[in-house]
Amino acid sequence: MNIVNILEEIEKVDGEIYERLNPRRAAMKSFFNMGKKISLAAMPLALGSMFQKAYGQTALPAAVVDVLNFALSLEYLEYHFYNHCIVGKTPGSAVTDVTFNFPNAASQAAITTIRDHEKAHVDLLIGALGSSARAPIAYADTDFRAGGTFSTVYSDYGTFLAVAQGFEDTGVRAYKGQAGNLLVSPGVLQTALQIHSVEARHASHIRQMRTAAGTAIYKPWVSLGASGQANDSGVPQVDAVYAGEDLTVQAGANIVGLGGNAGITKAVAVESFDEPLDKASVITIANLFLKDGKKLS
Amino acid sequence: MKHNELETKNELQEKSLFDKTVGRRSFLQYAGAGAAGIALVAAGCKKDRGYDNPTMGGATLDFKDDFGVLNYAYALEQLEAAFYIKVASAPPASFTAAQKAYFQDIQFHEIAHREFFKAALSTAAIGSLEVDFSSIDFTSSASVLGAAMAFEDLGVAAYNGAGPRIKNGTYLLLAGKIVSVEARHAAYVRDLISNGSFADLNSLAPLGANNAAGLDAALTPDKVLAIAGKYIKTKINVINL
Repeated sequence: MNIVNILEEIEKVDGEIYERLNPRRAAMKSFFNMGKKISLAAMPLALGSMFQKAYGQTALPAAVVDVLNFALSLEYLEYHFYNHCIVGKTPGSAVTDVTFNFPNAASQAAITTIRDHEKAHVDLLIGALGSSARAPIAYADTDFRAGGTFSTVYSDYGTFLAVAQGFEDTGVRAYKGQAGNLLVSPGVLQTALQIHSVEARHASHIRQMRTAAGTAIYKPWVSLGASGQANDSGVPQVDAVYAGEDLTVQAGANIVGLGGNAGITKAVAVESFDEPLDKASVITIANLFLKDGKKLS
Repeated sequence: MKHNELETKNELQEKSLFDKTVGRRSFLQYAGAGAAGIALVAAGCKKDRGYDNPTMGGATLDFKDDFGVLNYAYALEQLEAAFYIKVASAPPASFTAAQKAYFQDIQFHEIAHREFFKAALSTAAIGSLEVDFSSIDFTSSASVLGAAMAFEDLGVAAYNGAGPRIKNGTYLLLAGKIVSVEARHAAYVRDLISNGSFADLNSLAPLGANNAAGLDAALTPDKVLAIAGKYIKTKINVINL
């Protein structure tokens, strides 16, 4: 991450960035000193807090704020989905509606790992947005039974994993769909990409957990459905999550058989490239899991 | 005299090659020809007169525009494809049927990525890289899985680190379409090595990941190439990074 680059990019949309930073010279100085000590990987967090200090009550560029708040909404949803499960499986918990049992300690540990990452993403985005962050989404605002479509989400392990796969694959597509809107802000783009691939790792593992839990096989990557449809999850209720994932032409190049490689079948072409999803489509999916009055717009 | 003539002729051939390159560049909204960079490439090849043979002149990644980033991705995909082709053709004896099938899948994914970049870059593409897998024991499951994990995690770090360098939204999206597939591979291979390590961000800290922030690996091209270098025989010149 190149901080000079980030500052230059911000200067393009906010010519007063340096003036904004200047009165807070002490904050900048401590930031740079800290930068020497902390690892490069920790920079996004530090940057978030620095911009918050520099801008005070002033918002980040509106387009970037929109993307980050959209991402924050999705991260809240994912976090609550997993957290409710993990809290429910904690002995003595007040949450009593999580009645399925994990098949082994490893599966519960994996869901805990994923929950922790989603929480980290929520915190990171709140830090970067500062006072521009959207109102928090509470568990009480959500409906992971989706009005009855997934009524067994917390009583049947298979349903829980199926919905989890839908969340993760949607998350991957949502971040991908917003990447272009972050071109103006390379630092934020870098961070968003680093979240994006973590979601893809989650999706891969959830798919493996589904395979381990039953008789059907779910590839760690998004493939073609059994009947050649875009949705390979075996859950027709989440068709919207996979709409357009069966694309086989990339930037004008037909991937099937490309370069004379017969091994690149249609399924391989579909698997090789994950597709983005536009904001409106993602919101439609997310709103299935939010109560009336709490839905995204 | 003869020698000089030969060299001049060779330079002319090189020039026409570069003219094509520039044409392709303007197609992709590249502004400004960057004569200095081209001169550097030419200097690199002149000695061997072997522009067709990339192992002699090496491959140059010029990061002054999106082409450099795409060729960088092309180089990494070549490396990954070569590795998986070798694994899929003769998997370690202890691989299960499911593992063989998935490594076959991954092989074709990487071939698809390689062929995509080759087609997209057209005449601007670097040549074929010569790989060096002498450090990998292809009969050993542990060695193959360890190398696969290294390649996939490095691929994720490379795409994530290069993303902010891309100026064109179409290319950024294409990189995004590929990196999540690499991340899915990485998670799968990691789980084969140790179930549950699919997103062990602490172990990925040397590649730029941050567990506390839930962030995956991200490395700049120089760092990625320094790591990948031990698997690549072809000399890779990096300019304008």
